[in-house]
Amino acid sequence: MGIRDRLSGNEAIANAMKQINPDVMPAFPITPSTEIPQYFSQFVANGEVDTEFVTVESEHSAMSACIGSEAAGARTVTATSSAGLALMHEVLYVAASSRLPITLACVNRALTGPININADHGDSMGARDSGWIQIYSENNQEAYDNFIQAFRIGEHPDVQLPVMVCQDGFITSHGVENIELIETEKVKNFVGDYCPENYMLNPNETIAHGPYDSPVYYMEHKRQQLEAMKNAKEVILSVGKEFGEMSGRFYDFFEAYKLEDAEVAIVVLNSTAGTAKDVVDAMREEGKKVGLLKLRIFRPFPGEEIAQALKNVKAVAVMDRHEGFSTIGGPVFSEVRTVLYDLPNPPKTISYVYGLGGRDVRTIHIESIYNELLAVKDGKDQGEAYRYLGVRE
Amino acid sequence: MDKRKTCNIDPQVNWKNISPGGAITQSGSADLFKTGDWRTMIPVFKEDKCKQCLLCVPVCPDSSIPVVNKKRLDFDYDHCKGCGICAKACPFGAIDFIKDEKQEG
Amino acid sequence: MSNLTEIRWHGRGGQGAKTASLLLADAAFNTGNYVQGFPEYGPERMGAPITAYNRISSAPLRVHSNIYEPDFVVVVDETLLSTVDVTAGLKAEGAIIINTPKSVDEIKSKIRGYSGRMFTIDARKISEETLGRNFPNTPMLGAVVKVSGVMEEKAFLDAMEGSFKHKFATKPEVISGNMAALKEAMQEVAK
Repeated sequence: MGIRDRLSGNEAIANAMKQINPDVMPAFPITPSTEIPQYFSQFVANGEVDTEFVTVESEHSAMSACIGSEAAGARTVTATSSAGLALMHEVLYVAASSRLPITLACVNRALTGPININADHGDSMGARDSGWIQIYSENNQEAYDNFIQAFRIGEHPDVQLPVMVCQDGFITSHGVENIELIETEKVKNFVGDYCPENYMLNPNETIAHGPYDSPVYYMEHKRQQLEAMKNAKEVILSVGKEFGEMSGRFYDFFEAYKLEDAEVAIVVLNSTAGTAKDVVDAMREEGKKVGLLKLRIFRPFPGEEIAQALKNVKAVAVMDRHEGFSTIGGPVFSEVRTVLYDLPNPPKTISYVYGLGGRDVRTIHIESIYNELLAVKDGKDQGEAYRYLGVRE
Repeated sequence: MDKRKTCNIDPQVNWKNISPGGAITQSGSADLFKTGDWRTMIPVFKEDKCKQCLLCVPVCPDSSIPVVNKKRLDFDYDHCKGCGICAKACPFGAIDFIKDEKQEG
Repeated sequence: MSNLTEIRWHGRGGQGAKTASLLLADAAFNTGNYVQGFPEYGPERMGAPITAYNRISSAPLRVHSNIYEPDFVVVVDETLLSTVDVTAGLKAEGAIIINTPKSVDEIKSKIRGYSGRMFTIDARKISEETLGRNFPNTPMLGAVVKVSGVMEEKAFLDAMEGSFKHKFATKPEVISGNMAALKEAMQEVAK
């Protein structure tokens, strides 16, 4: 079962792309996602894929080319990071509202400024309202698995939305780790052919994309787009299950790690979740009932499911690798706290902003959060609910 | 979601039936959208002066000069917005361009 | 407990410390381990100090932070000893391996505050003798495997031979030189 290998997160994504053999890839390089189009263009040059690789002059053009290509009926992928995703921002909305299931590998990096190239979720968090499905990945394996599933989710007739698959810049994108690849035939069968109902290169019917939408129609379109995002939930679950049956690795909205009987919990996404798992195991050995909720799907936000998973814990820390400047906590925190509000006995919640601009997150940091939560559980005054982890005071 | 089934530009359409992404899967659907009442000026076709050179036809931005059997007919006033380009293009003075007195009621 | 080994590499941009960490990850992977090999990115400039890391274990690896309490430290460029605190957090029962023509006694004074084992190796000399050029990576790799015992030596050499055959498929003449560099380093690494 599977092919044992060791790859960086960027190599894993490029490898998934090679196995899927998409029709078109418009891309513009930016650290730390540069290696993805770099490796992939080698596959194109070597004739290992049939993909049309489009070199463009900016990320705005890359996403615009993705839109044209996907609307034409071609399965289209791209990759970017940080300022590249920011430059795509305007066009991300066009892709989503035009209901074009483009797949984007987002290698998370801080936005300027001050200028910084390291891991931070500011880029994808800034795109959270763009109408894209967002999937987050703990490691290279999950980046690979999520990228393969993204096509089935986005292209599903009930969804038809673009998907971005996120992983932490450098930490997983450039770190080489063990990975189990799936045989190419299996990947191809799982992903299947892209057969849109309507597409612009269909000679038998006409279609026009992107007309002006007056106030009479715009709101109905947004409501319908919301329905597609809601529909994505069921599709994400069924695709995750089917993927598990193929690979042995099952996927849900989130991974509940030792959460069943936990008294306190941390909510976190991407690579820090792995670090937190080691802490959970170590503290469990000391008899401390700590658990972890590793969020995988941020858009659509699995609110009810999160509330159910956290309903019995006494204190929760929600970690954000992004500063949203709301002054009331990070974006993941705000949404998690929102869904906990209607519980009969909601847990105490603390927002931790951490790891900005690649600040390293160690097991001792995670352990300090759990110890704080355990103290709050035992009656310590919660104190400031909006905190910075590892900042110099 | 089949866009063909839901291509619907009726202002009463609800969110369930509106065309996903606003895509239009019906050719010539602009015909359904009447723009004639946008006119403040109106072209008037004087058939007796017309030589059927058809220079007016390609310059009309709204395809509002119907041609049948290589001859132009009177204007399609449901869609003509009254821009006056046809009157400028006509070498024979066969198109007058005058203030549009709208019908009351 | 799993048998986790954590290694930290210190080098300068352009010397290949990152490549060395990836080669070690490769060899450990090929001998059946779970591995991590990752650099810490700072200024991407020739000569700037860089750090790279390895975790090697029989169990899956989940931690995604840098390594602060390494079992072994490898210094690819001895000039770093005066500017970088290379032994920071290094476990007393671990060891440090330094690329230098000097002996341990000669270099000891530069490693303050570390009481554990020290090894030196003249990777430049070995590389120039076996490969004809200064590629310190290969000898350093042999030295760290020898000192750390992170892999069984024969399995390591077999795995490396396989890697070199793959990597140098178009110039097989360099395979024997690289293998010689590894073997000589494993013999020469001196306490």
